[in-house]
Amino acid sequence: MSHPSLLSASLALLKRDLSMTLTRGGGPLLAVGFFITLMAMIPLSLGPDSSLLSRIAPGVTWLCLALSTLLSLERLFERDYDDAVFDVLRLGPLPLELVALLKCLSQWLGTGLILSLLTPLIMIILGAEPSLALISLVAALLGSLSFALIGGIGASLALGARKGGVLMALLVLPFYVPPVIFGAGLMQAAQISASPLQALSFLAAYALFALALAPIAMGAALRSALN
Amino acid sequence: MINFLANPERFTRVTAPLRPWLVGLGLALMAWGLYLCFASPEDYQQGDTVRIMYIHVPFAYLSMALYAAIGIASFFGLIFRHALADAAAKAIAPVGAVFTVIALLTGSLWGKPMWGTWWEWDGRMTSVLVLLLFYIGYIAIHNAIEDEQRAARSAAILALVGLINLPIIKFSVEWWNTLHQGASVFRADGPTIAPAMLWPLFVMIAATHILTAWLILVRIDSEILARKYRALRARLSYN
Repeated sequence: MSHPSLLSASLALLKRDLSMTLTRGGGPLLAVGFFITLMAMIPLSLGPDSSLLSRIAPGVTWLCLALSTLLSLERLFERDYDDAVFDVLRLGPLPLELVALLKCLSQWLGTGLILSLLTPLIMIILGAEPSLALISLVAALLGSLSFALIGGIGASLALGARKGGVLMALLVLPFYVPPVIFGAGLMQAAQISASPLQALSFLAAYALFALALAPIAMGAALRSALN
Repeated sequence: MINFLANPERFTRVTAPLRPWLVGLGLALMAWGLYLCFASPEDYQQGDTVRIMYIHVPFAYLSMALYAAIGIASFFGLIFRHALADAAAKAIAPVGAVFTVIALLTGSLWGKPMWGTWWEWDGRMTSVLVLLLFYIGYIAIHNAIEDEQRAARSAAILALVGLINLPIIKFSVEWWNTLHQGASVFRADGPTIAPAMLWPLFVMIAATHILTAWLILVRIDSEILARKYRALRARLSYN
């Protein structure tokens, strides 16, 4: 049997995972619902003072974004691990690092992208300036990519653990600190019309850094889980 | 050297005679250091509170040094399948976590009279808090995964990812907010602390580090014994 090329195998896996992300277990609706629910809890817990809300809107929205992506990442590898899909994938032409990366990317396309599109909207509902919409969308896209990749590390490490979901949150959230700082800081800079370029570069750098590091860590963790 | 100590039996044989020396030297230095702490002059601004620093600074150093030690041990455990490195990393983690808590608590006790607040969301303090979260995550992963080898591998991967990431997190948190004073002991242009205060600090740093080395050797040894016990019990129940 001839092996399919790396590219076509990658595309096939991406297509499969994306459709699974979109349809399985409620799909992105779950994360979107969680995102909106969190947003609604904020004025309820802090009071409807609009000057306070507009001041904290960027930071709080970033926190909600981080938590919502985390929620959907919990079962990134678990289903395929339980169903022995990984054992099949291992026989194919793709290295485990690439498999893990593609799974993170499809997760990002299926959930992170949608949450990012919602981010400006949520920020504006909470009271941020509508003129910040575009920059907040760009920042959220970069941030959610970091979240998906770092979350993938956590998901692969927590495979087969008791209470994997809580464990994963504990492992991953400290790594979410830099994107949250720079994402929220960027919005605060934009709010007082300072240049958001510095924070945006850091955000992009962290996403690229995660893109380079995460596949190696995930590959090692998956290999250890599969043996 | 590192390979030489990979054999658990040999490790115990080599390190067991060291332990009484370490503990004796450590306790003697600790006694001297504590005497110096109280004999040293008051700070002209901080008064007696400056003495908290002689506890705070060594534990703050240790909290970071032990995380680096976990990272290095994890590297050897993961890459070279070094059997004792995993045991060492596992043995160090709770010690590091407790020392981080001590650093945070003593810092807080010092902060109340000096800065007028128990806690400030300042860059360095927040990054030490994040360090504590790492320790907790590292210990949690050891506890959550039942298979011992798998737990060790997952924990090692986490430690290495953390080791690469911690400087970035520290940097970003400092970019975010900074109130804590900068480094004043280990600087390229020499320390900026008066010698009368530097001495007790150095003695305390030496004492805590030596006692920590002793504590970790004991913990690695008991980890080796625990492994032996588990292996024996597994064999007995198998027969």
